[in-house]
Formats: sequence, structure tokens, C-alpha cells
Amino acid sequence: MIRFLLKGLLRDRSRSLFPILVVIAGVSLTVLLHGWITGVIGDMVNSNANFSTGHVKIMTKAYAENEDQMPNDLALLGVDEILTDLRKRYPDMIWVNRIRFGGLLDIPDENRETKTHGPAMGLAVDLLSNKSPEIANLNIEKALVHGRLPEKPGEILISDDFATKLGVSPGESATLLSSTMYGSMAMQNYVIAGTVRFGVRPMDRGAMIVDISDAQLALDMSDASSEILGYLEDHIYDDAKAAEVAMRFNAEFAGSEDEFDPVMLTLREQKDLASYLDMASGMSGILVFVFVLAMSLVLWNAGLIGGLRRYGEVGVRLAIGENKGQVYRSMIYESALIGVIGSVIGTAIGLGISYLIQVKGFDFGSMMKSSTMMLSNVLRTQITSEAYYIGFLPGLFSTVLGTMLSGIGIYKRQTAQLFKELEV
Amino acid sequence: MEDSKIILIDALVKQFPIGGGEFTALDGIDLTFGKGEFAGVVGPSGSGKTTLLNIIGSLDTPTDGRVSVLDQSIGDLSHKKAARLRNEHLGFIFQTFNLLPVYTVFENVEFPLLLLKMTAASRKNAVQDALEWVGLSNKVKSRPAQLSGGECQRVAIARAMVKRPEIVLADEPTANLDAENSHNILQTMEKLNAELETTFIFATHDEKVIRYLHRKIHLEDGRVVKDELIDKKN
Ligand SMILES: Nc1ncnc2c1ncn2[C@@H]1O[C@H](COP(=O)(O)OP(=O)(O)OP(=O)(O)O)[C@@H](O)[C@H]1O
Ligand SMILES: [Mg+2]
Repeated sequence: MIRFLLKGLLRDRSRSLFPILVVIAGVSLTVLLHGWITGVIGDMVNSNANFSTGHVKIMTKAYAENEDQMPNDLALLGVDEILTDLRKRYPDMIWVNRIRFGGLLDIPDENRETKTHGPAMGLAVDLLSNKSPEIANLNIEKALVHGRLPEKPGEILISDDFATKLGVSPGESATLLSSTMYGSMAMQNYVIAGTVRFGVRPMDRGAMIVDISDAQLALDMSDASSEILGYLEDHIYDDAKAAEVAMRFNAEFAGSEDEFDPVMLTLREQKDLASYLDMASGMSGILVFVFVLAMSLVLWNAGLIGGLRRYGEVGVRLAIGENKGQVYRSMIYESALIGVIGSVIGTAIGLGISYLIQVKGFDFGSMMKSSTMMLSNVLRTQITSEAYYIGFLPGLFSTVLGTMLSGIGIYKRQTAQLFKELEV
Repeated sequence: MEDSKIILIDALVKQFPIGGGEFTALDGIDLTFGKGEFAGVVGPSGSGKTTLLNIIGSLDTPTDGRVSVLDQSIGDLSHKKAARLRNEHLGFIFQTFNLLPVYTVFENVEFPLLLLKMTAASRKNAVQDALEWVGLSNKVKSRPAQLSGGECQRVAIARAMVKRPEIVLADEPTANLDAENSHNILQTMEKLNAELETTFIFATHDEKVIRYLHRKIHLEDGRVVKDELIDKKN
């Protein structure tokens, strides 16, 4: 009997081929979009973590309130002590301090007169100490376009676009005009060691990267920093872990009103990242739901049309002595089979395309010219283990649901009524 | 003769709900059928022929009265029991032949035997016999779409007969056939009726069919108005 039904299924293209194609289309899209969302959100988390938020970030409460304005007069003091303490307490995590500052970068000519100048977005990180984790955090070696990495104090990196705009090249000198932590004028001469491009729009517009000690000197911020960033083990963001670390840290300062007390924020708590992170996990669910719905509707309709044609078959099978339950069940098994076959093929196709985009990437650089989002210009899909099964949810659900819906007509109807309809 | 009655119908009433009320399609039918009858229910359109056949065939249930087929009370059967009764003892022939288009002639006829869990070898024998009865042994591998209407209906007869049921119910079996094919088919059925002692009950208003009947039951507005036996010894 099963062989007999399978034979029919195979021969009746409208019952097998069309639904399988629908399932393949829906499933491969689900898998692809899932990979895409995972990839984009993953990139966003990474870019933010590396360039801006860390997995956790410590600032003074006052600084945190106006973080966008980089109020270094409210910076953390006694940074070395805090760092030593953190490294002792969380030896698996990486802790680094950074200073963010704004300023004007001035390029002098031979006569020490201003040749060109432009606003710089300063980022001071540990560039010079042996095995500084920041080289990897910012992926600086890969980002280097011209020149080399700074090797001694007084050397800086600037973004390649910025260098072009200013008309400078590695080896030339530049003067930073900024203000110290205490509000007086700061002026410091540097040599441009190299130019960098991170592929992240906000960093590539006007960044200037200075060694942290140099910046502390120039900005009169000895033992002070804008922020301390913490990275979890393996450099993978885990919201629960980060939240726990932050909770323990903040507990020490609970009840204190001092606005210079440090406060630790998780990546999730910074900027609007919470909503993006939620979107990422919610999105897969929504995606599956939408595809289940859309595909079910298509298959339900196809099932209704096919079902009408199949009233003949149903009628005959009932007359020959199957009961309604048997007929209904066999139709559902049939659809489950189609769902599985379509899901397997669709998942394979979806994974294949995802893999291609994961390797090759899509360049959105031109579309993100003015973006302030910490997001790579070249976006890639990311295949996670979920991608291997997520397509089966809409694939199986829709075929079975579609058939259940269209088949219900047969089940609900009076047996004799089916024959009446089959005769017109 | 009385002991070989295989269908007993007693004060059968069938009502269908329409609008707020009830429509009485069958209104107090008393009938019996014996083994090997070649009978027809005749009457104008809407008189209740199909309704009556459906109830005998356990596809529908009586509203009132008793219908017993092969000692089973139709009104009291569960869905499963009714399906079993149809599977083991009844054959159906429809106005539209209702062959399954994706299957070959052989497979269409074989279908009822699959449910009876027969071995492949005995299925093959039975199907070949049935196709021989209807003269289609040479079309085993054809699909229904490749057959003429008359041939299709003969396949349908083979399908109804292949398990050698006690009773065959045929609702307007010639409605879609021309005169020649109609005669052909009725002769085939008449022959099977004689050889296998299968009881045939038709529902029809086709003169061509009526001429072959050994018994005519006239239905009008859900009532039997005349029940005549026709002497076929001419
Ligand atoms: N499911 C139903 N609901 C309501 N009324 C019905 C239903 N089935 C049949 N009827 C009515 O019962 C009456 C008898 O119908 P039936 O189909 O038995 O007639 P028939 O004698 O077979 O007619 P025909 O020769 O046109 O096939 C008709 O008036 C029909 O409208
Ligand atoms: Mg009728």
C-alpha cells in the first residue's frame, strides 16, 4: 500500500514537484536569511566590541552620561590600580584602557607653517607594550595600508582616507591640537608611522590612533583613561557572563552617590545594541514563522486545488474500504515526506549560498558612506549549527499544516457528500 | 428464497438538514434484495436514487428505520466497520468512472486488493481475471487518459469486481457513455451477474439500462411507487 501511494506521489508532479519546489524555495531562503542575520549581527557585535564598547566597559558614572562628548575631565583616575585588580580577579578576561579624544590634526610645511589640517577622532590604545592585545583587538596589522606600525613613542597611525584628505604620507609629521583633561590647551608633535583602513566607516573617516602613554602625556592624563574595556575569554560575547561580571563589579559601588565612581556596562547595555541583539534572536523566530505562514498558504491553496482533483481519489479510496482517518493520515504522511525532501534540498542550497557569501562577502561600502554604525563595509553570512536545522521548521510545518488545512474539508464532510461533489 | 435475502430495508427515512428545516429525501422505504439480483432503482431526478444507494453502500446512514446489509445494521456501524464492510463485500461503480489518473489500468484494478492484504501473486491473478471479464487484458499498462470512456468504465467494473464482492452498487454507470458502450457494459455486468451470482443494484433513469433490469423499483419523491419483476425468459 505504501509503495502504491509513493508511486502515485512520484507520478503526480503537481502533488510532488510543485510542493517540493515551494518548500525548497522557502527553506533555502530561510537558511540564507538566517545566515545573513547571524552574520550581520555578529559583525556588528564584533565591530562594536573591538572599536567601541568592549564586552564590558568601565567609565565614571559622570563620563558614561555624556559619553558621546568624550568628557575627559570626567575620566577614570587611578587606572593602573583598577587594571591590576581586574586582571587579578578575572584572569581569563583581557582588560585594556583607552582614551578617546577630539582634536585638530595640523600638517606643517617645511617652514613649520600650517599646510593642511582637519578634525581628528582620537583613539589612544596600548600600541607599544610587548604583546599588547590591542593590536589584535583592532586587527591593526591587517588594517595597515601604508607604512608600518608605531615602534616608539611619538609615532601614530591615521586612517588612510584621512591621510589622503590631508595630503600626508608615512614618515611625515603632524601636530595634534587638543585640550588637556583640565581644560587647557594641548599641543603635541607626532610622526605618522602608517595609515590604516578598518573597513568600518566611522573609524575610516578621521581616526588617529595614538599610543596610550603618548596620549596620557599630551592630554595631561597620567594614570587616567576615558574607559577600561574588558573582553571575555575566546573573544566571544556571552551576554550572561558579561552581565554577571558587571553585576559583581557594580555591587561594590552600590548606594554610593559619587559621580566619579566607576560603573561597568555590558556591550548589550551600550548604545542601542540591546535592541539589535534582541532582533537577532527574535528575527530567526519571526523568519521561521513568516515562512511557515507564507508557505503554508501557498501549499494550502495548492493542496485545495490538488485536493479537489483528489476528491476522486479520496472518494474511490473510501468506497473501496479505507476509512477517512486512513486517507487523511496517508495524505499527511505524504506531505511530511515532501517536507523532508524539500527541506533537505532547500537546506543544502541555502547553506551552499550562505557559504559562498561567508567566504566572498558582500561589499556595502558605497551604501554606508555616512553611516555611523560600527559595521563592516563587507558583510558576510555566518553559518551556525542552527542553520542546519532551522529550515526544517518551515519546511515540515508548512507542508503538514497546508495538507491538514486542505484535507480537513475531506475529513469534515459527510462521506456521501464527497461523492456528490465528485460527480459534478 | 427468503433465507437468501442479503439486503433488508425496513421503514427507511432519510432527511437532510436544509435551511432551518429538514428535507425528506427517502420517506419510508421497505425493500429486500436477494442474492444474485439484477435490480435497478429508477425514477426522475431528485427522487432519492443516489441517496438510497449511498445508504445501502454504508456511505451514508439512515435517519430512521433499519437497513441491514449482509447482517450488518448500517445505522449502527462505526466509520471503521463501515469501511471494512465496503472493503470486503461491496463494489462501487460511479457515473464518472473515477479511475486514478496516475495509475495504470492494472494498478487501478489492483488497488482494492492492496487493502485486503493479498499476496502479490494472488493479486496478479485476480487482476488478470477481472480484466479478462471486461475484455481489457491487452490494456494492462495503459493510463486512464489513454482509454475511451467505455474502456474506462470497463476498468471501473473490473475494479469493482476484482475482489468478487457480494454486492455491486452502480449509480448511473452509463450516463457518460454512448449507446454502443452502454450495451457493452451492461452485457458484461449481466454476464458477471450470471457467472458469479453477484447482486447488482443500479440507480438510473437511462432507458438503455432499464431494458436489462430483472427488477425495477420505481422511486418518486422518496417513496417506492412500484416494484416489478421482469420476466427475462424471452
Ligand atoms: N446532502 C444533501 N443535503 C440536502 N439535500 C440533499 C442532499 N443529498 C440529496 N439531497 C436531496 O435529496 C433528494 C434526492 O437526491 P438524490 O441525489 O438521491 O436524487 P437522485 O434520484 O439520485 O437524482 P439524480 O437522478 O438527479 O441523480 C434531492 O432533492 C436532493 O436535492
Ligand atoms: Mg443520483
